[in-house]
Amino acid sequence: MFKALRDAFNQTTGRHVTHGQLANSFDRRAMLIGAVQGGLGLILAGRMTWIAVAENAKYAMLSESNRVNLALIPPRRGWILDRNNLPLATNRTDFRVDLIPERLGDADRTVSMLGQLLKMDAVDVQDLRDRIDKSHGFQPVEVAASIDSETYAAITLRLPELPGVIPQRGFSRFYPTGPAVAHLIGYVGPASAAEYEKDKNPLLITPGYKVGKDGLEKHFETELRGEPGARRSEVTASGRIVRDLEMREDVPGNPIRLTIDGALQDYTARRIGLESAAAVVIDCHTGGILALVSMPAFDPNSFVGGIGRLEWKMLNEDDHIPLLNKALRGLYPPGSTMKPMASLALQQHGVSPDERINCPGGYQLGSRYFRCDAAHGSMDMRSAIEHSCNTYFWSMAHRVGYDAIAPVAKMLGLGQEFDLPGARQRYGTVPDAAWKMRRYKQEWSAADSLNASIGQGYVSVSPLQLAVMTSRIASGRNLVPSLMFGGQKPLGPALPFTPEQLAVAHDGMFRVVNGSGTAAASRLDLGGIQMAGKTGTAQVRALTARGGGGTWKSRDHSLFICYAPTDAPRYAMSVVVEHGTFGARAAAPIAKDVMTFLFNPGKAWDSLLAMEKQWGGTPIQRMEAKYAAYSSEYGTTAPKVDADEAVETALTKAENAGKPAEVFVTEAGASRDTTSSATSSGGAAPRPGPTSSPSPAAGGASPAPVTPP
Amino acid sequence: MMFRNLVPDPIARLPWRVIVPLTLLVFFGAAVLYSAAGGSMKPWALSHVLRYVIFLAMALVLSRVRREHFKEVSYPLYGVVLFLLILVEAMGKIGGGSQRWLNLGFMTLQPSELMKPIIVLVLARFYDDLPPSMTASWKMLMPAAGLLVVPAGLVILQPDLGTALAICFGAFIVIFLAGLPAGWFAAGGILAAIAAPLAFFFALHDYQRQRVFVFLDPSKDPLGTGYHILQSNIAIGSGGLFGKGFLNGSQSHLAYLPEAHTDFAFATMAEEWGLMGGFFVLAIFYLILRWGMTTARQAPDRFSQLLAAGMTCTVFFYAAINLSMVMGLAPVVGIPLPFVSHGGSSMMTNMICIGTIMAVERWSKTGRRSLS
Repeated sequence: MFKALRDAFNQTTGRHVTHGQLANSFDRRAMLIGAVQGGLGLILAGRMTWIAVAENAKYAMLSESNRVNLALIPPRRGWILDRNNLPLATNRTDFRVDLIPERLGDADRTVSMLGQLLKMDAVDVQDLRDRIDKSHGFQPVEVAASIDSETYAAITLRLPELPGVIPQRGFSRFYPTGPAVAHLIGYVGPASAAEYEKDKNPLLITPGYKVGKDGLEKHFETELRGEPGARRSEVTASGRIVRDLEMREDVPGNPIRLTIDGALQDYTARRIGLESAAAVVIDCHTGGILALVSMPAFDPNSFVGGIGRLEWKMLNEDDHIPLLNKALRGLYPPGSTMKPMASLALQQHGVSPDERINCPGGYQLGSRYFRCDAAHGSMDMRSAIEHSCNTYFWSMAHRVGYDAIAPVAKMLGLGQEFDLPGARQRYGTVPDAAWKMRRYKQEWSAADSLNASIGQGYVSVSPLQLAVMTSRIASGRNLVPSLMFGGQKPLGPALPFTPEQLAVAHDGMFRVVNGSGTAAASRLDLGGIQMAGKTGTAQVRALTARGGGGTWKSRDHSLFICYAPTDAPRYAMSVVVEHGTFGARAAAPIAKDVMTFLFNPGKAWDSLLAMEKQWGGTPIQRMEAKYAAYSSEYGTTAPKVDADEAVETALTKAENAGKPAEVFVTEAGASRDTTSSATSSGGAAPRPGPTSSPSPAAGGASPAPVTPP
Repeated sequence: MMFRNLVPDPIARLPWRVIVPLTLLVFFGAAVLYSAAGGSMKPWALSHVLRYVIFLAMALVLSRVRREHFKEVSYPLYGVVLFLLILVEAMGKIGGGSQRWLNLGFMTLQPSELMKPIIVLVLARFYDDLPPSMTASWKMLMPAAGLLVVPAGLVILQPDLGTALAICFGAFIVIFLAGLPAGWFAAGGILAAIAAPLAFFFALHDYQRQRVFVFLDPSKDPLGTGYHILQSNIAIGSGGLFGKGFLNGSQSHLAYLPEAHTDFAFATMAEEWGLMGGFFVLAIFYLILRWGMTTARQAPDRFSQLLAAGMTCTVFFYAAINLSMVMGLAPVVGIPLPFVSHGGSSMMTNMICIGTIMAVERWSKTGRRSLS
């Protein structure tokens, strides 16, 4: 007892420790260590049970997602066919290289290595860097498409050194006629971040997958998209595929068939040549649109992988505005192309077609003198169309008032928007008293009637509307334009014109081309087939030299509407050549050749190929030459292309700041179709609108809508 | 007794209590390595078994060595290994870069591995020699601390934190069991609690610090260090109760698991054999460690007690740290799982420990026999 106490004391004071005490201490401490070991063993057993049993499902799933890689195979996009089932947009198999920016190790090294392997020049490398900068990590970026199999093999070989780079064999969108269908069909491109945010479909970030970005490609996205295929494969941690587990073929998207005649579309686009123009051809039997062309355009094929800096600079700096679809979004004063329509309106309001008006070279309205292009002498309705006599229409419009003409203009399609897929249209303006009051808080004046009656002043229309008007006048039926093959639109309410009334307009238009009219030089050279038409010259700027004088931008717009054959109208057409001077000089010859193509393609090609030699080749060849020139001039100094939204903004800007904004309202001598010398206006008469401000036609985003009758 | 009659005495007297579970574990390990190699004896499974056979023979030879000889060689051996550590450090400096091993031609020798059992041996000898009354003396702590600090410091310089910790752990166990006042350990514990954060921020290398951060939150770095922990957990967790089946582990075969044949061999095993395989490994370790601790407590004298306990705890340290690591309970340190992971140095160290414990067991048997 005593000894035990002393031992305890010794231990605490650290003195006189004996062997026995140490042995006891060893036993106790060894037991402690054993207990700690056992305890830790139990913790480990518990921990493992927790992971393997309680969290088994979670980890089994993670293990499976490690093991199995699900790769989506982008579906082949549905074809876009023309009325003859010829492809306007197809897919071609190609070898392509994409990269995932997020997985790039050393981006600079990878890009320069790709540049070498793919033999890219400095501009291409710069564009690639831009696309990588612009992308949002998960988005794949196209490096190159349509590479040859040897280059593809070279990339595949170096793959271990190129993390994040995905070479693959796939399909890419191909537009055989390139720029000819650019505005009609639109283009495709990789899905943007915004599109992925909206629709979290993993397909959108699958390399090589493209979505419609504009036009029909965008409108019919769901039909064209198809079902992606999928490949489940077992992959190692480094991404090497061990074996394919399962493979599901893609389901190609549905084709869509248009009323467009692909050959005609291509021909028309090429025939426009160096001009900035739009042309629309409509089938007078069905209302189907056979051609809807706006040139110059961009090459949708080069948009597929993303727009390069130089290309963007080239498109933006072109004063012909290739990004604007002029056929639907370009608004122009129709000028004298309004006269056949006006003749129908006059007859409807009791004007006899045989009544004669003397044209002394102008028309006196109060204190103002409206000068005609020539002293036409005695004119009836037919000859007034044939010679485009303004005096006749001024005096008649003054008699019935423009409010009698405007409803007919709307009835024939002017100021109207049509139900066409994928096409954003601008409906322009068919003014009347109510409209002017609403828009300008001003009374409608007699001078306004005079200007509007010859398609000047506040009037603005699109080439599509002109073509619809022509088809309705030609057929006498209320045709509604359509774009989908077999999707013919039902006719509108019957046109309230008698055959005799229509015949007057037809006769006038016949004589324009086949008589001593303004477009006699554009008579068809096709044996029995004859064309009827009407020229138009729309003044762009007041008080400038008329016709061919001045800078390109200050020249008049050249317009032409026509149909053929005259005895049984089949095709109706409108052609608008921006700043093409007189209607007879620029627009009518194009219309003549396009019409010739419809009846005798061989003959039409002969004349076009001869012209293209002078122009420097086809539009694609000219664009390539221009690109090469830009490349050598600017190299890599072109500014960066902004994100998708910015491209969109630029497109909208192109529309708003486009040609129509420069159309000035004039007070006199508004329209002329002959080459007679210019005369300035007589009296100092008030203008219908302020001189310095853009015309109402260029009202921009919010023109007062003209309600359909 | 029938057993005795059928089998020759020298064989019957072998320490089967440890050889049987150990052999089972090694063969199980070989099966895991066979699978990790994609169903092939090469390059790991065969050499694993061969090494075991060789080192088992060595351990049995070691078990025959008399206690006096162990005592005699302890200081000289310590000196030799310390010299090798310095040599490695010097060669590393000259060669430019860190080197942990010596190439002996027929094998590569990692002196730091040898230091783990040697530190236990030398400290056991030191405390055996120390008169009991001096164990609680501050003065006498200094030589022991010196014996530890020099080699541990050299290993840290390599830098090999894992091995340094193992050396310290073995030494700490011996010092603790030698009967030093409990208060010192309490004080030491408090000091360590203060020093740890300081060491963490000032002494550790960046990559070591990073490992600790990632251990605390593996999701922070799913593609870097955290990747190891995550993939290991996925392997163990996806194995479930009975595993995916032999040769069916996708984590290891598809290379998601890093070091599937060495540090993460347990995860490789658990994926294919499940919780049952894990319990089997834990049970074997329980048997081996219990045998070691029992041997230590039944050892006839202070030297053999400390020696056996120290050796057992060295094996325990390996197993505990490795298992904690693969289950995400400890940061990633390069410590293999004894008898399962592929690796010659670790097999050698662990078999030295086992052989030494066997020797202690023999000493106590002969001691008891002489008593009876």
